[in-house]
Amino acid sequence: MINRDLVIIGGGPAGLSAAKVALDAGMNVTLIERFNQLGGQLIKQTHKFFGSKLQYAKTRGFEIAKILIDDLSTYSEDRLQILLDATCVGLYPDKVLTVYQYNKYLKYKAKSVIVATGASEKVLAFENNDLPGIYGAGAIQTIMNIYGIQPGKEVVMVGSGNIGLIVSYQLIQAGVKVKALLEASSTIGGYLVHASKLKRLGVDLLTNTTVKKALGKDQLEKIITVRLDDQWKEIPGSEKEIETDVLCISVGLSPLHQLMSMAGADMLDISELGGLVPKKTCDYETSIKNVYACGDVTGIEEASSAMVEGRICGLMAANHLGFKHPNALELENDLNNQLCVLRQGPCGEKIRCGLKKAGEINV
Amino acid sequence: MNKKDIIICRCEDVSLADIHEALDMGYRDFESIKRILRVGMGPCQGQTCAHLVKNEIARYNKVNPESVKIHKTRPLISGVVLKDIAKGDDDE
Repeated sequence: MINRDLVIIGGGPAGLSAAKVALDAGMNVTLIERFNQLGGQLIKQTHKFFGSKLQYAKTRGFEIAKILIDDLSTYSEDRLQILLDATCVGLYPDKVLTVYQYNKYLKYKAKSVIVATGASEKVLAFENNDLPGIYGAGAIQTIMNIYGIQPGKEVVMVGSGNIGLIVSYQLIQAGVKVKALLEASSTIGGYLVHASKLKRLGVDLLTNTTVKKALGKDQLEKIITVRLDDQWKEIPGSEKEIETDVLCISVGLSPLHQLMSMAGADMLDISELGGLVPKKTCDYETSIKNVYACGDVTGIEEASSAMVEGRICGLMAANHLGFKHPNALELENDLNNQLCVLRQGPCGEKIRCGLKKAGEINV
Repeated sequence: MNKKDIIICRCEDVSLADIHEALDMGYRDFESIKRILRVGMGPCQGQTCAHLVKNEIARYNKVNPESVKIHKTRPLISGVVLKDIAKGDDDE
């Protein structure tokens, strides 16, 4: 059993940011990451971020990951232990964690735990949805932006949230023809600036439309789309055929809640937050003492808010155990303000509504 | 619509037809359907199929999907070789 002040599960924007603040406060930290490199989804993001300079606006996602990782480079190995290719397979109420890495089953006992596991993609139920050539947007970004492999010749995108819009643009940059973008609701979900860019490049943005069926012998050859009415019912006779070898599904994310659920934390099911999320206090503490959660696992949002939440979590974990961050109070106020600003306006409405349902609105 | 070709749980190869059949047979909650069909018992432990199964149960029972409980999450979260657990930590 390895004893640590703080174990952070997840090396994405939330986990990395939490680690930095907790280390500054004097904690020793173990950071567990399932992938073979740190950065989470940021390493696949080739676009520049919006928002405020405080969350690295105008910087490309993978460059933000580099900044966050560099911020941790000054700490010695006994202060910061980073486990890559390591999956936290068990989290227990007494803050014992089991980690599986390179065929070793490791046990940790932490004084504090921060869960920053992120989210996974939602899938869609339609005929032949298991044909090769049908991907989630995350998989497309992984093979294209991490491994440099073109996923196919042509693509139809399903879903017009920011991920769907941005990945469509990245596909065009990679020389893949985007034949259409389907959106089941009557309006585009993501930012107008991303949608306009696609429109200018000649992509058909089809609202009130979804995929009904995939067709192909050994792999995807074409899809059948169908139009939907205001009640999301299929309109008979509105089916259309589109030839394509790739179909990309980008219909939202759901929090990776399993470790929280397993540990027995009080959970809430809130559709605006993406599904099951841990109930938490304004200090980001879950119903289990000294277990905190931040980032997409507490509700689907942007990487910018995940970073801010991560910093708050790191600060709270330190505070509660008596570790003093050099400018704790100032930092706490500043971070809470940053979150408020990020969640303002029409784009923040969904998250505000979700947080209100969870009873933790501080916006 | 051919429900047999709509895959709900890809880990355990469970189709929409299987889910509807189970619901018709009287298995109306996630835990029961899991025991009958093994949905959520494969490598991803329900992370992929849970929301689809939940929506089908909600639709069948005419309730809000948020009110449908999904299966209990138990350790471990992914496959671990038994030998690796048995041999224990180096410092034990």
